[in-house]
Amino acid sequence: MSGAVLSLPVAVPLLAAAMLVAMPRRRRLHLVTGVAVTGGILLLGGAVLATAVGGTVLTLDIGGWPPGFAITLAADAFSALMLTVSALLVLASLAYAAVADEGGPLFTPLTLILSAGVYGAFLTADLFNLFVFVEVMLTPSYALLTMTGGGRGAAGRIYVTVSLLASMIFLAGVALVYSVTGTVNLGELAGAARHSTAAALACSVVLLALAAKAAVVPLHTWLPRTYPAAPAPVMVLFSGLLTKVGVYAIIRVYAVVFAGAPQYRWVIMTAALLTMVIGILGTIGEQTMREILAFDMVSQIGYILLGLALFSTAGLAAAIFYLVQYVLVQAALLVAAGTVETSHGGGTLGKPSGLAHRDPLLAVAFMIPASSLAGLPPLSGFIAKLSLIQAAVAKNSYLAAAIATAVSFLTLLAMIKIWRGVFAGREAAATARPGGRPHALRAARPALIAPGLALAVPAIVLGIWAQPLFTAATAAADGLTSTAAYVQAVGR
Amino acid sequence: MTAAIAVGILVAGGVFLILRPGLARITVGFILLGHAVNILLIAADGAGRRGAPLTGEGDLARMADPLPQAFVLTAIVISFGITVYLLALVRASRRTGKPDSDPDDPGPSQ
Repeated sequence: MSGAVLSLPVAVPLLAAAMLVAMPRRRRLHLVTGVAVTGGILLLGGAVLATAVGGTVLTLDIGGWPPGFAITLAADAFSALMLTVSALLVLASLAYAAVADEGGPLFTPLTLILSAGVYGAFLTADLFNLFVFVEVMLTPSYALLTMTGGGRGAAGRIYVTVSLLASMIFLAGVALVYSVTGTVNLGELAGAARHSTAAALACSVVLLALAAKAAVVPLHTWLPRTYPAAPAPVMVLFSGLLTKVGVYAIIRVYAVVFAGAPQYRWVIMTAALLTMVIGILGTIGEQTMREILAFDMVSQIGYILLGLALFSTAGLAAAIFYLVQYVLVQAALLVAAGTVETSHGGGTLGKPSGLAHRDPLLAVAFMIPASSLAGLPPLSGFIAKLSLIQAAVAKNSYLAAAIATAVSFLTLLAMIKIWRGVFAGREAAATARPGGRPHALRAARPALIAPGLALAVPAIVLGIWAQPLFTAATAAADGLTSTAAYVQAVGR
Repeated sequence: MTAAIAVGILVAGGVFLILRPGLARITVGFILLGHAVNILLIAADGAGRRGAPLTGEGDLARMADPLPQAFVLTAIVISFGITVYLLALVRASRRTGKPDSDPDDPGPSQ
């Protein structure tokens, strides 16, 4: 396979989005185009992944300049894996937005632009282009959040302001890196921050901005205040893509530019443990499903960073496995929460209640990913958490292993809190009162539950049949602990 | 040195405006911050100690690095787009008549 295919995930969605914006109000055409483009990228991602797992790094230098000046795109196993799972998530949120009829008339084109930025961020091998692709990703996200009802108020403004501030810090970091090292190409920056304190300081500005985008404690407070205000399909999209690009970039920059420098690992370890604990403690005070899930998202980022802080092949493989399965599990939970809101008149705990009787299918669609998130066997979250804790113990990080275990119990408690509030017990009399919504007593439409159930399937499959994904994750982790192949492919 | 002072003043002004209530002030704050970061990027080319990066203007080895100018050009385009978007938000919040600051904010003292 030639490296030229790497331009497709960036170019095709942008062209398709431009075409769709010119033809508003043709919703079926929008949906078909969106699904066709994203499905194609999913297949392409799978093909690139199959090549990359063998250790080949595909590269493409756009513009005819030598590497270092050209726009370099590269796909190793980690990039290819993220590309594939992102395409799957975009597909799921397109389908969910179509059946839920939420997200506004421009949902499909904006999602395509956003996804082009996300794919570009996963493929680029250059810090400045990472900034550009992150902006390509964020600009439609501002529009998605503020064009649709709930995000118009304070939430939309907080989101836009925090994202812009993080972008400014990112760009300042890129400027500092360039002035210290004279390059922004990851191949040429390889190991620079490990040996030079000035380069490490410059890069830490970049990492700080990425940590704000990934909602790492103490830079997490914007996320639980903004995401729940978005319509459910938009939140599915955001939760699966935006913060994950931040996490991906942190892992990539730390592995390549810092070369896993052991003297700074304690910073990442501290941030990881704090993120886990503070995120899950935040769920205690929240009273709606999606607000609890938003704090859970913060907490789960900590697990992924824990794997990076260990910086062993086993730790990174566990982190990457965790990241991939978690994107799908979180999307399944949010689809279930969104369906509860649209079909049963709200997502507040205790407002719709006793849904397990009235709507058993929806209860299953919530319960499977919730159990996976909490790490119950035989689901994918169990494998992810177990391998992460094993990797921590292997590196003698007993405190980290203990905290990770404790936090997964607290995650289970948070899920039980939702279950007790919304699904278990009897229906409250309030929902049956006249004046409630007329359809409030019926079950949700099966078409609405279908995307959630479809997203719950990977949680089961990846739990029972984890080996293929684990092999891919290990290949990706190998490429991060020994970056020689990647560096040689993208450098001058 | 001039660049450092300019960046410092712009960042101070930008941060001050972003911390004020009201979307219009925040927009101006981000314009200032954007300029500050652009000057920082330009300063990375070493023009302070080398010649201007223009073809035909002397020795290539003593010329400043032209790549940061390409970066800045891209960054200016992006921040222009964001500014237009923020101004549209300001206008939208004026039109709906909703106050454009946080409801739980005390707001500017009047």
